[in-house]
Amino acid sequence: MADDLFNSFMNGPDEKGRFGDFGGRFVSETLMPLILSLQEEYDRAKTDPTFWAEMDDLWEHYVGRPSPLYYAERLTQHLGGAKIYMKRDELNHTGAHKINNVLGQILLARRMGKKRIIAETGAGQHGVATATVCAKFGLQCVVYMGKHDVERQAPNVFRMRLLGAEVIPVTSGRGTLKDAMNDALRDWVTNVADTFYCIGTVAGPHPYPAMVRDFQSIIGKEVRTQLATQEGEGRLPDTVIAAIGGGSNAMGLFYPFLDDPTVNIIGVEAGGKGVDEKMEHCASLTGGRPGVLHGNRTYLLQDDDGQILEGFSISAGLDYPGIGPEHAWLHDTGRAQYVSITDKEALEAFQLCCAMEGIIPALEPSHALAHVAKIAPDLPADHIIVMNMCGRGDKDVQTVANFLGFDMSDTEGRKAD
Amino acid sequence: MTRIDDKFATLRAEGRKAFVAYIMAGDPDYDRSLEIMKGLPGAGVDVIELGMPFTDPMADGPTIQLAGQRALAGGQTLQKTLDMVTEFRKGDTETPIVLMGYYNPIYSRGVDTFLADATKAGIDGLIVVDLPPEEDDELCIPAARAGINFIRLATPTTDDKRLPKVLENTSGFVYYVSITGITGAAEAQADTVAPEVARIKSQTDLPVIVGFGIKSPDTAQAIAGVADGCVVGSAIVSEIASGKPVAQILDIVRGLAEGAHRA
Repeated sequence: MADDLFNSFMNGPDEKGRFGDFGGRFVSETLMPLILSLQEEYDRAKTDPTFWAEMDDLWEHYVGRPSPLYYAERLTQHLGGAKIYMKRDELNHTGAHKINNVLGQILLARRMGKKRIIAETGAGQHGVATATVCAKFGLQCVVYMGKHDVERQAPNVFRMRLLGAEVIPVTSGRGTLKDAMNDALRDWVTNVADTFYCIGTVAGPHPYPAMVRDFQSIIGKEVRTQLATQEGEGRLPDTVIAAIGGGSNAMGLFYPFLDDPTVNIIGVEAGGKGVDEKMEHCASLTGGRPGVLHGNRTYLLQDDDGQILEGFSISAGLDYPGIGPEHAWLHDTGRAQYVSITDKEALEAFQLCCAMEGIIPALEPSHALAHVAKIAPDLPADHIIVMNMCGRGDKDVQTVANFLGFDMSDTEGRKAD
Repeated sequence: MTRIDDKFATLRAEGRKAFVAYIMAGDPDYDRSLEIMKGLPGAGVDVIELGMPFTDPMADGPTIQLAGQRALAGGQTLQKTLDMVTEFRKGDTETPIVLMGYYNPIYSRGVDTFLADATKAGIDGLIVVDLPPEEDDELCIPAARAGINFIRLATPTTDDKRLPKVLENTSGFVYYVSITGITGAAEAQADTVAPEVARIKSQTDLPVIVGFGIKSPDTAQAIAGVADGCVVGSAIVSEIASGKPVAQILDIVRGLAEGAHRA
């Protein structure tokens, strides 16, 4: 594959922003000139060494990159099969992979002379990252967050406000991440002249899916280098695994390995209460079908009439009824495999990771870890799995306590009645 | 020639401006929505824009969004919207009907099936907010082939360089969006709209109709005065939301239509 450019999986998207039939630019006319100028600016920046020099400097000194590639020895022994590595992106400044992308977009916004940044957020990680970088550069920041998420992610809401951002709880629709994205788009269409929309995942109209992927690809590039150092020159992982809401941390890990046919690629969707006809999940690829929303064609949770359904997941960061268009394409071409993990399985993996490795993972990567726990025991000891530990779990302890029935105010650590 | 082309030819011959009214199909429920629709031509409406409800109306303000939610909660579907048009056509074969909404419900049904059903129901034009010229292959070109006008939005951000692309496959009329923003937001200003309409008219012979931010008979008159007509949506929809009887809603529509027709 790697020798044949025409069959490369790394050439997408085409000039219309398509990955196969997915992606595109399904936006209102008011926004079209804006995304065209963003695309021009990004095309310029992409080949501008000074842009990447600034990114590299900020990644190293502000974010703390490269993030470690960590051999999870006890977990490996416990599961008794494949050798498990964790890409420690939860150690980034702000505690998740989101800042990799935000830095890139904010540098672009600065190049375009935009002074006002808007963002949508689900779990609050992208909102916190955006608020952080805006504070660093003295930019006005407005974050749209579903009212339901504002309630379940209170610490992140306060963090954003501390960082000087205005957090707007979204009550339109049903007040979730997709509604936050709708309201961010409404803001953008109203404030076209001075506003830059910093999208947090590999979705939205072209060029966002490709641009966010490129910024997140630092994850996979580092894994390539680090694994070669730690396991020997030329050693590639046998399996890479990441959790998927919109799919940015996964795309960042996967992309540099797309043309390495020996690397098995697995994306883990949020199965919520189970992927069945009740649709209480967020597994767009497993339980959805192609449609058009938020600027791109991709797999969506929808009813027979093309109305968008609400997803359901214990993890606010995965609670989105769509998925990045490149994942939709990788799914249809068969290059990547997509599976789902339920809330219950993710919670078990969350606790296992705390106990075995002394790492409190976010609920998002706990989904990836749960799938690792499923497959690792049946794989040989020389099989290397790299999973993306894309966020830390501090923000989730309340949710986990509630789910497990603990009362956090109880000094004896007892379960609630 | 569609009903839209015929209507504008007649209006032009009579030296009159067009009044376009928007209602959401199925709001507040199927029956009342159909009753209001049937009453619109008699209230002076020249072209009916019928909203197709969608869960995620990204270009609409709260008024239209809530109307869509009410319609969906009442069980409105794309099929029922087409049924409404079929019912309407039993008593009115002349008033042009434009469906307005978002692409996913159409895509979900299948473009070819949808166009066949829309033609059969008696639909004359489509406004699909999230299909810019860059995506013309999706629906615009197939619609034109099926004899249905694809009406494009031009906006304040559509500069001279881009305008030809926007106009290229547009038919029926051009819908100029008076503001950068969502439906039902700021009040449209005739003095800022006038030069924009002139700019568009210098590049096309199609009628230019202005919408967004028109809430009163006076604004309707002022805006229609600098264009070929105007659209009122949110102002009518909010009256429907308030639960007024149909006759009263139609009186309000009549007032707006008279405003536009005074221009």
